[in-house]
Amino acid sequence: MTAPSTGTLDQVTAPATPRGGRRRWWPRRDLLGVLPFFVFVTVFLLIPTLVVVIGAFGGDDGRPTLDNVAALADGYIVDAFVRSITLSAVTAVLGAALGALIGYAVVTAGPDSLVRRLVTSACGVLAQFGGVTLAFAFIATLGLSGFVTVFLRDSLGIDIFSGGVWLFDLPGLVLVYTYFQIPLMVIVFLPALDGIRPQWREATESLGGSTWYYWRHVAGPLLAPAFLGSTLLLFANAFSAYATAAALVSQGSPIVPLQIRSALTSEVLLGRENLGKAMALGMVVVVALVMWLYGLLQRRTSRWLD
Amino acid sequence: MAGLRQRRARRQSVLRWVVVTLFGVLFLLPLFAMLEFTTRGAGGSLSFETWRVFFDWAALGETYPILWTGMKASFWLVLLSVALTLVLLVPTVVWVRLRLPRLRRLVEFVSLLPLTIPAIVLVVGLAPVYAWVVYFVGGSSVTLFFAYTILALPFAYRAIDAGLSAIDVRTLSEAARSLGAGWATVMWKVVLPNIRSAVLSAAFLTVALVLGEFTIASLLNRDNIQVAINQLGKSSATMSVAVSLAALVLAFALLFLLSFAGRRRHRERKTS
Amino acid sequence: MTSAGVRLEGLRRQFGSLRALDGLDLDMAPGELVALLGPSGCGKTTALRILAGLEDADSGRIVVGGKDIANVPANRRDMGMVFQAYSLFPHLTAAENVEFGLRLRRQNAATRRQRAREVLELVGLGAHGDRYPQQLSGGQQQRVALARALAIQPQVLLLDEPLSALDAKVRVQLREEIRRIQLEVGTTTLFVTHDQEEALAIADRVGVMRAGRLEQIGSPEDIYRSPATPFVAEFVGLSNRLPGRVTGDVVEVLDAKLPLVGAVHSGPVTALVRPESVDVTADPTGTGRVVAVSFLGPTARVTVSLPDDAIVVAQLESARLPELPPGTPVRVILRPVPVVVSP
Repeated sequence: MTAPSTGTLDQVTAPATPRGGRRRWWPRRDLLGVLPFFVFVTVFLLIPTLVVVIGAFGGDDGRPTLDNVAALADGYIVDAFVRSITLSAVTAVLGAALGALIGYAVVTAGPDSLVRRLVTSACGVLAQFGGVTLAFAFIATLGLSGFVTVFLRDSLGIDIFSGGVWLFDLPGLVLVYTYFQIPLMVIVFLPALDGIRPQWREATESLGGSTWYYWRHVAGPLLAPAFLGSTLLLFANAFSAYATAAALVSQGSPIVPLQIRSALTSEVLLGRENLGKAMALGMVVVVALVMWLYGLLQRRTSRWLD
Repeated sequence: MAGLRQRRARRQSVLRWVVVTLFGVLFLLPLFAMLEFTTRGAGGSLSFETWRVFFDWAALGETYPILWTGMKASFWLVLLSVALTLVLLVPTVVWVRLRLPRLRRLVEFVSLLPLTIPAIVLVVGLAPVYAWVVYFVGGSSVTLFFAYTILALPFAYRAIDAGLSAIDVRTLSEAARSLGAGWATVMWKVVLPNIRSAVLSAAFLTVALVLGEFTIASLLNRDNIQVAINQLGKSSATMSVAVSLAALVLAFALLFLLSFAGRRRHRERKTS
Repeated sequence: MTSAGVRLEGLRRQFGSLRALDGLDLDMAPGELVALLGPSGCGKTTALRILAGLEDADSGRIVVGGKDIANVPANRRDMGMVFQAYSLFPHLTAAENVEFGLRLRRQNAATRRQRAREVLELVGLGAHGDRYPQQLSGGQQQRVALARALAIQPQVLLLDEPLSALDAKVRVQLREEIRRIQLEVGTTTLFVTHDQEEALAIADRVGVMRAGRLEQIGSPEDIYRSPATPFVAEFVGLSNRLPGRVTGDVVEVLDAKLPLVGAVHSGPVTALVRPESVDVTADPTGTGRVVAVSFLGPTARVTVSLPDDAIVVAQLESARLPELPPGTPVRVILRPVPVVVSP
């Protein structure tokens, strides 16, 4: 199985394992097994990433420049980042709070219950499948001739768009994003809730603690890292989202992904494409930072609630 | 007898039902609105015209050629993406666990990397790569499965990794090899049957992801079902809402079935 | 010390179609350690949880220190409880875990720390106060859990199979320590276990449970030497099942006439005979034949097959093993101690 001894290193590290390539420094033939995987991710993941990073620092003539990155400080791009971050933060917090509540309700129903299956399946669809379909769901619900809009107007005389058609603008994005953030929260928070052992509650009780005391001093602190981490994940999720906004927003490019789209598709202005790469890099920086924090919190959670 | 415990359990179950019902209604409302929207006839009457066309595939292809192209493309994309994801990931992850444990962190890092790279960013960098793809294999929409495999990587990796963590791959393979099995037999006859539900779950997640993907297809000017829905929305809102609803329901059915497949496996392990 | 007596009267509890408790009566004197012993599903844990207030009884009385506490919620019952495993709060250190109940009793920081140190010393973990649960071994975690339960000086200490998740060696060591500590603090203690050796080793009295009621309760010696029913005889210790015949107040087994425990109708029965009540001597004319011997240190077990294919296990001093290698023809003699029979 193992390649013939090729150097002194083998003799030093593996004298006692005649057949065992395991302890030896990576036997070359074993590496062949992972070659397809690494070739593929290099072409379709690492190269695109490098294209973005290098492009962000390159001018149209291919020379290195900081112009694109400096252009990120332009008013309209800063505004787009601020709006993107606000949208993501607001929907992350709303989604986290409401999703945690549903998660708790579902967890009390027991791991094999039908309620739990229904809820988790529905959440899986709404959280990960969303995008364009959700935008159309909301157009059918709250669009100009949507079910709820028409019902409120005809039956109750309320015009929800008296202050403007907000569904196709930032407020609409907040609503639809929250709609897919809540289910995502349920999915990512359920494992943490499952990790809470009934013995902790019973131990608290037998030591004299009330329900409130249990939540305040045991379940609360134990769930806090998971809750914060999940909120960060929700933030990254909303920040990266493109499809819903693309399908819903009718005018302008209020958020960063839509700005990148217009940079990609506009061939009018020179140097726009590399500006798009700079914005893309900006997004990666934000998301990577958030995911790093998420990873830290996740480690804490798994130590406590595994 | 007082039944302090029972009273609390009852309170908890009331809370559960209130919360679940409330959110159930809120989340079903848009779905119901979609149904109402697609069955709305002239003058407030019920009309199933949209759905009649939807289920009459010949007519559908004729009336809405974009939709037909998009559906076909998505169908092939699902098949190819699932195949590539599994063929690429399962042997690699198993092999790394068995023979190259030092590479485990690296494979994990690379597999989870797409989580930190939003699709909208990936598409920026993919544009030049796809110029080469067009050069070598042509510009068909189906070539998107390369990109979709990357998007599916984190979810599929986690599912498979979780499946492998639940069994002792190394001992299993050592047992098989001590009985005379080669590596291929170890993979096919020993490891794979034991992580069947994990592989299944990775496949389902990939299916859902591919059916829902819009960003890359749209920005690389390719067709898939989501792009079609979006384009249709401009001309025939009713049909695009109908397709959206059908897609959501289909995805729900898939995931609901999956929840049973996963559970059954779980119970087997507990009782054995 | 505020040790209290406990009285459970006619406790009943039904879970769906399963009758967990079927009229359980139990009395515990102040300071006593009672072990509830039984197979899984016999209701012993349910009984303990009802006493703790973590489970409702459908009917019956729970009296602690002379007061009926059926309507007192768990957090006002003043009972220290040690669970099977994983009950320590993972975000608190060992000392903070121990202080948890004291904080609830609004003791000041200095008193709390002092008391936590004392009980941690008591369980032999004085130096481990600042460790987190995941940094402690399973046995150490259970010691901390015991310290946490004792810190609040409870009226009653409840131990719900506290050793079942531990290795055999740690289990033996910790059970002896639990007994030492219990005697030292003098708290009335209910100890639930399915391990008969554990129950016999640790308890003042052992209650053997079956199907939601007490089959027999008595000192460990009583339970072992004079089991009141076939169930107790078989569940506690090893027993040979030998065919016999009852006539009057004796049972005839393997040509020996043995006194009976309790009154039984005449007729064929199965007698339950302890291995140490069986003697074996090498005898070329004997009808038995040694089929296996196992060495257990000071004693040894010899398995003998009889002509009708019955198997008898005898426990002997291991010094006698050399005369009894497998294959030796032997004679089996039963000592005349009272035996339990089942129909």
